[in-house]
Amino acid sequence: MTAVTSTPVTASPPSRLRRWRKADPVLILSVLWCALAILVAVAAPLLAPYDPSQTDILAAAQGLSAQHWFGTDEVGRDIFTRVLYGARLSLLGPVLVVVIATAAGTALAIAAVWFGGWFDRLLTRVLDIAFAFPPLLLAVLSVVLFGPGLTAPVVALAVAYTPYIARVVRSAALRERHLPYIESCTLAGLSGPRICVRHILPNVLPLVRAQAVTSLGSSLLDLGAISFVGLGIQPPSAEWGLMVADGRTALLNGSPQESLAAGFMIIITVVAFNMLGERLAERAEVRA
Amino acid sequence: MSELLGVENLRKVFPVRASAGEPAGDLVAVDDVSFTLPPGGSLAVVGESGSGKTTVARMVVGLETPTAGRITLDGESREAARAGRGARKARARQIQMVFQDPYTSLDSRQTIEGAIEELLRAHFDWDAARRRERVAELLDQVGLDKRQGGARPRALSGGQRQRAAIARALALEPRLLILDEAVAALDVSVQAQIINLLTDLRAETGVAYLFISHDLGVVRQISDDCVVMHRGRVVEAGRTTAVLDDPQDAYTRRLLSAVPRPGWVPRRRATSGASV
Ligand SMILES: Nc1ncnc2c1ncn2[C@@H]1O[C@H](COP(=O)(O)OP(=O)(O)O)[C@@H](O)[C@H]1O
Ligand SMILES: [Mg+2]
Repeated sequence: MTAVTSTPVTASPPSRLRRWRKADPVLILSVLWCALAILVAVAAPLLAPYDPSQTDILAAAQGLSAQHWFGTDEVGRDIFTRVLYGARLSLLGPVLVVVIATAAGTALAIAAVWFGGWFDRLLTRVLDIAFAFPPLLLAVLSVVLFGPGLTAPVVALAVAYTPYIARVVRSAALRERHLPYIESCTLAGLSGPRICVRHILPNVLPLVRAQAVTSLGSSLLDLGAISFVGLGIQPPSAEWGLMVADGRTALLNGSPQESLAAGFMIIITVVAFNMLGERLAERAEVRA
Repeated sequence: MSELLGVENLRKVFPVRASAGEPAGDLVAVDDVSFTLPPGGSLAVVGESGSGKTTVARMVVGLETPTAGRITLDGESREAARAGRGARKARARQIQMVFQDPYTSLDSRQTIEGAIEELLRAHFDWDAARRRERVAELLDQVGLDKRQGGARPRALSGGQRQRAAIARALALEPRLLILDEAVAALDVSVQAQIINLLTDLRAETGVAYLFISHDLGVVRQISDDCVVMHRGRVVEAGRTTAVLDDPQDAYTRRLLSAVPRPGWVPRRRATSGASV
C-alpha cells in the first residue's frame, strides 16, 4: 500500500448504512429469528394462551384446533404453550454454556499466547486431549457428578466447548501478539495484563463473538440431544429436546405435532445461530 | 564528549532450525558492533536489507537479548534492571521506538488521542485536564489536527499514522528515540515532511535519534554521525558527511553508487548495474 497525504478522515455512519443495505436476506431472517426466539423466551407468560404444566385428561392427545393450535399432548397440555415456554430452558442452557466456555477459552488462549513457552505448550497439549472427549460422553460423566437437571449438561458442554473457543482465539491472539503495536505497548511500559485485556482482547473480540454465536447453535443442538436421551432436564419441564422425546408415542400413533413442533424450533434456531455466526466470522476475517 | 548511549561489542546469534536442504545451525545477525551516541545526537545505522540493523535496534530497546556485548545508557548497563513495574516504566521513559510499518504499529481500535492518553495515564500522576492538554500539545508538535487526533488509524494516511506514532513515542519524553526504517514505507514527498518534522522535534525537545535506514539519501538529511553495517559487522563509521562524501570502504562505495543523487539521470535499464 502506498501512503496518501490527504486522505480525509472518513465518517463511519454512511459505511454502516451501506453495510446494512448490502446485508443478505438469510442474515436478516437469522437475526429476526434469533430476536424472536429470545423475545418468546422472555415474554412466554404473556404470549402463551395456557399454563404449560396444566394437564387436562379430557382434552388429551387432541389434534390441531382453534383452541389448541398445535394440539395437546398425552396428558392434555397445550403444545403451542409448551413450545413457547420451552424457549426459556432451551435457550438458557446454550447461553450459560457459551458464556462459560467463551470466557474460559478466551482467557486461557490469551494467557497462553502472552506467556508462551511451556504454558502455551501445555495448554495446546491439554486442548488436543480435550478434543478427544465427545460432548455426550462428558454429559454422562457430568450427570454422575451433578445428578439430573440443567447443571450437568451445562457443565459438560462448557468443558467440551472451551477447547474449540480456545483454539480459534489462540491462533488469532498469536497473530496480534507479534504485531508491532503490541511490542510498542510493551516498550511503553504497559503491564502484561493491561496489554492482554485492553489491546489483544479487543482485537480478537470480533472473532470471539462469531465463535460464541456459532457455539450457541451447536450447544442448543447438543443440549437438545442430551435432554432427548434423558441425561439433562427432566419432565415435566418444558424444553424442546425433551418435547421431541415426549412426543414419540403420539408420533407412532399418527399425531407427530409435539415432536415436529419442538424439533422444528431446535433446527431453525440452530440454523439461525449458525448463519449469524458465519457472517460474523466473515466480517471478523475482513477486519483482520 | 558526554555519552548517552553506548554499545560495546554487541553480538546476536540466532539459532536456525533445519529446513528444506538447510541444516540447523547458528545465524550471526550482529557481530561485534560498537558505537556511541551523545545526548541529543543523531546517529544513523545504514546497510542493505538483512545486514542486522533491526536486530541492533531491538537489542538496544530491549526487545531482544544480546548474545554478548554491553548496552549502556548514561553509563549504566541497560539489561541490569529487568523485572518490576518501576523498572519497566523507567526503561520506557529512557528509550522509545517508532516502527517501519505505520499500518501495524498502532492499535487499530484506539484513537490517536486514546493511545497517547493511555501512556500518560500509566506514567504520570496527572489529572484529566493536564493529560488532555499534553495530548493536544503532542498532536500539535507532530502536525496533526484535532480531528485527526480523534480518529482511528484506519482513517489516517501512512504519513499521518507515522506522525501519530512519533507523538506517542515522544509522550514519555524519552532521552532516545529509535526510528527503524520509519520513513521507508512512505511516499517520497511524505518522507521529506516527516524528516523535516524529525529535525524540528530534535531541536525542540533535545531527544537523540538512533536512525535505522537503508536509504543513504535520507540518512544524509537526518544524522550527524553514521555507522555502515554489512553482514552484521560495522564496516565504516564517522561523521555522516565524511562517510557519504568520501567513503573509505568498498561496501559503502557500492551502497552509495546505488543511490540516486541530485543531477542523477537514470541509465537505460539494460545497462544499469547495481541495485539494492
Ligand atoms: N528472530 C529472528 N530469528 C532468526 N533470524 C533472525 C531473526 N531476526 C532477524 N534474523 C536474521 O538476522 C539477519 C539480520 O536481520 P535484520 O536485523 O532484520 O536486518 P535489517 O534490519 O538490516 O534488514 C537476517 O538474516 C535475518 O533473517
Ligand atoms: Mg530491518
